[in-house]
Amino acid sequence: MTLLAAATNTSLAHASNVLIYSSMAVYMLAFFAHIAEWTFGSRSKVARTANALTAGAAKAPAVQVRSKAGGTAVMDKPQVVTRSATGTRDVPDGPGAAGGTAKGDLYGRIAISLTALGFLLALGGVVSRALSVQRAPWGNMYEFSITFSTVAAGAYLLLLALGKNVRWIGLILVTTVLLDLGVATTWLYTDSAALVPALHSYWLWIHVSTAIICGAVFYIGAAGTVLYLFRDSYESHLAEGRKPGVFRTSVLERLPSASSLDKFSYRINAAVFPLWTFTIIAGAIWANDAWGRYWGWDPKEVWSFITWVAYACYLHARATAGWKGRKAAYLALFAFACWIWNYYGVNILLNGKHSYGGV
Amino acid sequence: MSTTDKAPTAAPDPAHDSAASAAADATDAAAAAQLSTAPLEDPPAGGPAVGMGVLGWIRWFWRQLTSMRVALILLFLLSLGSIPGSLIPQNRVDPMKVEIWKGKHEFWVPAAEKLQLFDVYSSVWFSAIYILLFISLIGCIVPRTWQFVGQLRGRPPGAPRRLDRLPAYTTWRTESAPDEVLSYAKELLRSRRFRADAAGNAVAAEKGYLREAGNLAFHIALIVLLVAFATGQLFKSEGGKLVLRGKGFSNTLTQYDDFKSGSLFSSDDLPPFSFTLDQFDAEYEKSGPTKGTPREFKAYVTYSKGAHGTPAKTEIEVNKPLDVEGSKVYLLGHGFAPVLSVTDPSGKVIFKDAVPMLPQDANLTSAGAVKVTDGYQDKNGKKEQLGFNARFVPTFAGKGQGTMVSQFPSPDFPVLALNAWHGSLGVDSGLPQNVYQLDTAKMRQFKKENGDPFSQLLVPGDTMTLPDGAGTVKFEGIERWATFQISQQPGTGAALGGAVTAILGLAASLFIQRRRVWVRAVTGEDGVTVVEMAGLGRSESAKLPEELADLAAKLNQRAPTAPAPATHPVEATVEGERG
Ligand code: HEM
Repeated sequence: MTLLAAATNTSLAHASNVLIYSSMAVYMLAFFAHIAEWTFGSRSKVARTANALTAGAAKAPAVQVRSKAGGTAVMDKPQVVTRSATGTRDVPDGPGAAGGTAKGDLYGRIAISLTALGFLLALGGVVSRALSVQRAPWGNMYEFSITFSTVAAGAYLLLLALGKNVRWIGLILVTTVLLDLGVATTWLYTDSAALVPALHSYWLWIHVSTAIICGAVFYIGAAGTVLYLFRDSYESHLAEGRKPGVFRTSVLERLPSASSLDKFSYRINAAVFPLWTFTIIAGAIWANDAWGRYWGWDPKEVWSFITWVAYACYLHARATAGWKGRKAAYLALFAFACWIWNYYGVNILLNGKHSYGGV
Repeated sequence: MSTTDKAPTAAPDPAHDSAASAAADATDAAAAAQLSTAPLEDPPAGGPAVGMGVLGWIRWFWRQLTSMRVALILLFLLSLGSIPGSLIPQNRVDPMKVEIWKGKHEFWVPAAEKLQLFDVYSSVWFSAIYILLFISLIGCIVPRTWQFVGQLRGRPPGAPRRLDRLPAYTTWRTESAPDEVLSYAKELLRSRRFRADAAGNAVAAEKGYLREAGNLAFHIALIVLLVAFATGQLFKSEGGKLVLRGKGFSNTLTQYDDFKSGSLFSSDDLPPFSFTLDQFDAEYEKSGPTKGTPREFKAYVTYSKGAHGTPAKTEIEVNKPLDVEGSKVYLLGHGFAPVLSVTDPSGKVIFKDAVPMLPQDANLTSAGAVKVTDGYQDKNGKKEQLGFNARFVPTFAGKGQGTMVSQFPSPDFPVLALNAWHGSLGVDSGLPQNVYQLDTAKMRQFKKENGDPFSQLLVPGDTMTLPDGAGTVKFEGIERWATFQISQQPGTGAALGGAVTAILGLAASLFIQRRRVWVRAVTGEDGVTVVEMAGLGRSESAKLPEELADLAAKLNQRAPTAPAPATHPVEATVEGERG
């Protein structure tokens, strides 16, 4: 009986590895499809940003305008007029990687379908890994990593499915997912095995799963922030009347406007911050059960705290007049760097109580 | 969500003279103010005005400290200040590592000690940062709370003069009378849980107060957390105890092997309880690459509350401490204790005990010392003490593979290696001694005929006969022991409460939008009512125009759009105009 179980476990573990490798192959194809999307998209000539910024006083009308102003007997519904706050550049969002070209768009769609397929394969890999060890698949860094990239891809696909304008992030996302899986399979790989007693707790499910979700979503926020910084400097370049290089123009012109990117990353970060807070608290409760203290300044705890304070800093910065925009963005990146360091650096270089079997 | 936008100040509008426009701006600003209780402006830079004296300085300092900018800087410093403590070992976490670090980086030790880098989290500079931060926090919360209470008791601010300058705006003409429209509007807004009030020719409504309440609750919860944490640190106690199977522990200071406590702890605070270790189970991975990795540890104990409580049985596992009388008993580690009996030359048993050995590796290769302090007389009747250096492996590699390194953590092939000493153990010197080590300064080793040190490998049941008829040592069997950490920390419940409040407050503060809606209805020149609606939030959000559109559609049902007049009235054509 147990022998049989052991045999299925090994074959499941093997299946998991095969699935992860297949997902990498599919993500690789998605990567090339995105490259094709960007390449074809570069053939379009769009210069809306420059137009919007340099067209002078005659600004484009606001987003929605009351269209029919009477004149007929039709009883029209009241239309809402919106206007943006002062101080923000009024720049339309770029057309996306495909640049409005049909061919680029086609490749973009192929890339997304491939990403979805890669995601499903990776998800299968994570699930079969969990089944093979008959526990939450979060006992070591290999398992964290494959879950991390799966959640990041899942979050991206979910945003797409919700109709959010996030296609521009596709290439970066697929690239990082590939890097993450590459690192996981080459350096962090650990054979599937049961857990050491210290990790036996239902708080494992709660604490580690939310930690991974937070990381994956913070990652998407950070990607948005980096693009914001590029796009913002591009826009101010244009606003100063200078002419950025061809490549820079071609790439950045297709991204959403700086203020959209800024809002996007703020929303993402603000939305996961409470979850991150919860993650730390869940960790403290678990530590209280496992080690007899809820907070002991273990390196992992310290860096979770630093990450938390750094994100709190970012949220404060957004509320303080002189710190909006770029300065706040740097804080967000610092906070994310803390998160990454907490994940790789602290696990591998500083050994505290949070050291897991075979890294 | 989290921006302190002022009212959107409109771009110059040639159609209006600047004085009117300035007045309109002022009303707009008033309407937008108080959407948050955040300090509006950062205090002016520079010191207080000359000649303000001490009081002026204090006031200036206080204003600085409670500003958002300084809160931000302090928060940032707090995160930077926590870093060294994660890179340099900390006394409170692991004193051993501190010593090792000091050995490796001798050059830096004096500087590191000056900067209290081995005690970062209780250092003067770290404390200064968080104390300032929390003073700032209190200084920030108190006025904000008052302000918020004021806002709750007051009414939503009246409508700005020019609603069409607000972030979301709509208008239509209707044949319903202005009063009717306004009362519909009030009813509608109230049914959507806005606080709505009619003032003059407009209804002012506001919603989302929970955002501010959540924000205040979050910041207050931070203070609760800090106080709870500090109380815990000051009053906590934590001690370790090694318990042999069959033996017990009762919670008094003298019973502990080691004990640490916060600075305000007194030993009277130790709650009375006791427990005995009935059984200890350990399970390990039996095969595969992770062979020998622990799978499960379980200590079966009988405990009783108070001095003479009724005994109850329970199990303690790694993640499942025993909670008794406000103390928690954690299972920390375990190991083996070979049971030995020692006879003197006359054959009398002078020592019989289980002697705990300290694990040296993951497979529980263990080392220790057996000390026979009393009752031994050598052949000549001279009083002496005996000592044995012991090494124990639960799973021996086998004869010929003679290293005393265990192959597996379970006692599958237990072997004990002993060498024997006689003389003075030095235990009477009054100096504390390590029970796991033999101090051989005043002892001589038993030797074989050929002069080599005498030592022997024993399996359970074996007896070792000392040279020259000096007595025997019998390896009777194996006992297990477990170490427990007994800790109590007051304030844990408060900390948990604070943490939960913090999350709820945070969620409210980040996910709820505070916003205002105004509805104005006036009779136009041609006798038809002009309805104007506008919305204002803390920041631009796609939701605000949607909500306004929805409200407008509802109101429009009850106050339908009137047929357009033959000539366009000026007010109605706001097409595309952005002011
Ligand atoms: C322990 C230190 C502190 C932490 C961890 C912290 C954390 C936070 C967080 C995470 C937020 C975001 C929630 C939101 O946007 O509503 C926030 C908002 C805020 N904090 Fe703090 N805070 C701290 C200290 C302070 C201090 C000292 C002040 C006063 C100077 C302050 C004033 C505010 C204000 C006014 C907001 C709301 C901003 C807005 O309305 O958008 N905080 N804080």
